[in-house]
Amino acid sequence: MTDTDKEKHGKKMQSDGKMQKIMTGYYIDAKTAGETGKKVAWITSGGPVEPLIAMDIIPVYPENHGAMIGASKMGADLCQKAEEMGYSGDLCSYARADIACSVVDGGPIGGLPRPDMLVCCNNICGTVMKWYEVQARYYNVPLFILDTPFSHTKYTDEAKRYVQRQVEEYVTFLEGVCKKRLDRDRMEEVGRLSVEAQRLWQAVLDTAMNKPSPMTCFDAFFHLALIVTLRGTQTAVDYYRSLLEEMEQRVADGIGAIPNEKYRLLWDNLPIWYRLKWLSQKFAAHDACLVADTYTSAWCMSLRYMTDEGNFLDSMGEGYARAYLNIGVDEMIKIVLEMVDKYDVDGFVMHSNRSCKPYSLGQYDIQRAVQKERGIPSVIIESHMVDERSFSESQTETRIDAFMEMIGQKR
Amino acid sequence: MEKLSDFYEAALDTEKYIRNLKVKGKRIMGYMCSYTPEEIILAAGIHPLRLFSTKGTISLADAHLQAYSCSLARGVLEDALAGRLDFLDGAVFPHTCDTIQRLSDIWRLNTRFAFFADVVLPVKLDTESARQYMEDVLRKFKGDLEVGMDVRITDAALKQSIDTYNRIRSSLNTIYELRSANPDILTGSDLYAIVKGSMIMDREYLAKRLPEVIEMFKERTPSTDTEKKRIILTGSICDQPDIYTVFEKAGGVVVWDDLCTGSRYFEGLVGTGGDPIASIANRYIERPVCPAKHTSNTARGERLLEAVRKHNAQGVVFLLMKFCDPHDFDYPYLKEFLDRDNIPSMLLQIEDPLQSEGQLLTRFETFIHML
Ligand code: SF4
Ligand code: SF4
Repeated sequence: MTDTDKEKHGKKMQSDGKMQKIMTGYYIDAKTAGETGKKVAWITSGGPVEPLIAMDIIPVYPENHGAMIGASKMGADLCQKAEEMGYSGDLCSYARADIACSVVDGGPIGGLPRPDMLVCCNNICGTVMKWYEVQARYYNVPLFILDTPFSHTKYTDEAKRYVQRQVEEYVTFLEGVCKKRLDRDRMEEVGRLSVEAQRLWQAVLDTAMNKPSPMTCFDAFFHLALIVTLRGTQTAVDYYRSLLEEMEQRVADGIGAIPNEKYRLLWDNLPIWYRLKWLSQKFAAHDACLVADTYTSAWCMSLRYMTDEGNFLDSMGEGYARAYLNIGVDEMIKIVLEMVDKYDVDGFVMHSNRSCKPYSLGQYDIQRAVQKERGIPSVIIESHMVDERSFSESQTETRIDAFMEMIGQKR
Repeated sequence: MEKLSDFYEAALDTEKYIRNLKVKGKRIMGYMCSYTPEEIILAAGIHPLRLFSTKGTISLADAHLQAYSCSLARGVLEDALAGRLDFLDGAVFPHTCDTIQRLSDIWRLNTRFAFFADVVLPVKLDTESARQYMEDVLRKFKGDLEVGMDVRITDAALKQSIDTYNRIRSSLNTIYELRSANPDILTGSDLYAIVKGSMIMDREYLAKRLPEVIEMFKERTPSTDTEKKRIILTGSICDQPDIYTVFEKAGGVVVWDDLCTGSRYFEGLVGTGGDPIASIANRYIERPVCPAKHTSNTARGERLLEAVRKHNAQGVVFLLMKFCDPHDFDYPYLKEFLDRDNIPSMLLQIEDPLQSEGQLLTRFETFIHML
């Protein structure tokens, strides 16, 4: 590789700046909702946002906010504050940080706007229900729970009926809070945009199949924000379309995300928000590119169940109920193996996240299955994704070094 | 105590008790959590056994569950993997917390019992659609059990089973009430043995035996000692008989509880008219809620205050299992509810093995002196 070749790799993406701008605008809108008379709903990351958009309600995501808190290294303080309020230090650090933030208006943007309602979908964990109960008591606002039965081995007919009835209950709930009817045509349009954005997001992630990969999972963690917060809007569609173009251009120009991609890795679980840069440099120094992850793809996995062909509300329930964290360990193993093959990875990095039991318990079984079926090395890193007090840099470093050595030997 | 030796034996050496049942030809179904529809299992002629961890050293389970899972989940998995539960014909996992949810997968993939079922109950219990779903899920479970265990569960058998459980539950309730009125007529360890035994022993036997126990207690003369401080225990499961004894040593007495292995197990009876499965579903919808389920945002707090008033308690002890998310989330608000009414409380985080008796005693004494 020549020096000019080296220079062109690892370049910053143009889309990064655009994303910052959109997100800033979005948070300004949300924080000034009181003045514009718009209603604000807090919603879980896996929750059905489309009906909110269709009702002109501003969706706000405490989990996205949690990620921002983590990335700006304000997590430890807030988590500790929550502990002083009586919340155990073993609880999810998103929840702890958010609960404390409500009381002290802390964090990078001085707290989230007050909610007019709370929408909680338990397709990611039981934690969100407890967390939203806490906030429902604190803000004294109505709480809607979309209860999506866990699919250990299959999505049963009973579950399907139950979820479908709740989709209608959800609409009734929103109509009650907003005192206006849902415009069903608008709903279909939002649904169509949501599915389109998800397809584009999947296409962006797919560009990592190229060698070298034009993006890393760290890029995906960053660009994820819009598919979480603004899916169902034209903004998200336009953004991901241009991001996809940028990625495709990179592929055409042979530009890789890291200077010298020699090894390709798969990441599992949420990011360690306060150590993203450190981790990405650490792996890049080993010429290892984390090309894909099980986390960011969660926002397009439901594509196989959702359709945009004129009945979004009917297919939405199943899409949400069969989210990655709402299925059995054996189903997760299948998806991980598919990703190992699809992205042609040499190793598996598992973040054992003390914050997130549904994601982390079962990881040891997944690890063994991947080892057995594909024979690739894996490593486990432990942390609380937003509470930096739980992270041991030296221990993680030793583990990564040993893991990379193993991969090197296998080659 | 001698008079309750049957309960003590079952509670202290569960394995021996169950192996004896097995020799008599009973099939045994293990279960986690008080939301298991035991009535249906019993109606199939199968013996339901609540799984408690035998509290051996954890080694095999470490290969499946991180150290940040509760010791109940880890302990039960360890027992299964170590072959200490080989008398089971199967196991049932109701959906409750995130930990049990994953434990169920791990169990299904790593153990080889003849039968396995998830009962994916609704998480919210305050809507008509949830009630309907609860009923659907119970019907499905009944079908799974019939196929998997090759039995037929008739409505008559269900009705009989419901009757048995109603008798057991109301007896337990009476025993609790008696103790609340006269705490000295039975010790905390007696109470522990009775409650734990009731989740282990033959249910038909219990339905007849518990009323006898009640008669026995009624004959005892209540002591006039009113010095003891009246405490309510709240938390998930209490499988720590020593705790009751240490309490009593410290000058307190447990007069009521809000535990899955306590009042949440027996409160609320199944209606006897109408369709049996629908009636069972209704009880699970209406019974006092566990923190992994949702009714209203303040249901548990209100209920706790009500129990404090009703049983004239002077303090509340939170007995929380380490790494138990649902209970940990409720603790601050429950404490706040108590604080508002000037009811003192203390938090005791438990994990197997339990901390030393000396330490516990000091903590309890300090708390009880405050009351
Ligand atoms: S990190 Fe895990 S436990 Fe926390 S809110 Fe997200 S899914 Fe739930
Ligand atoms: S103690 Fe808590 S975490 Fe453990 S199984 Fe029970 S509810 Fe779940």
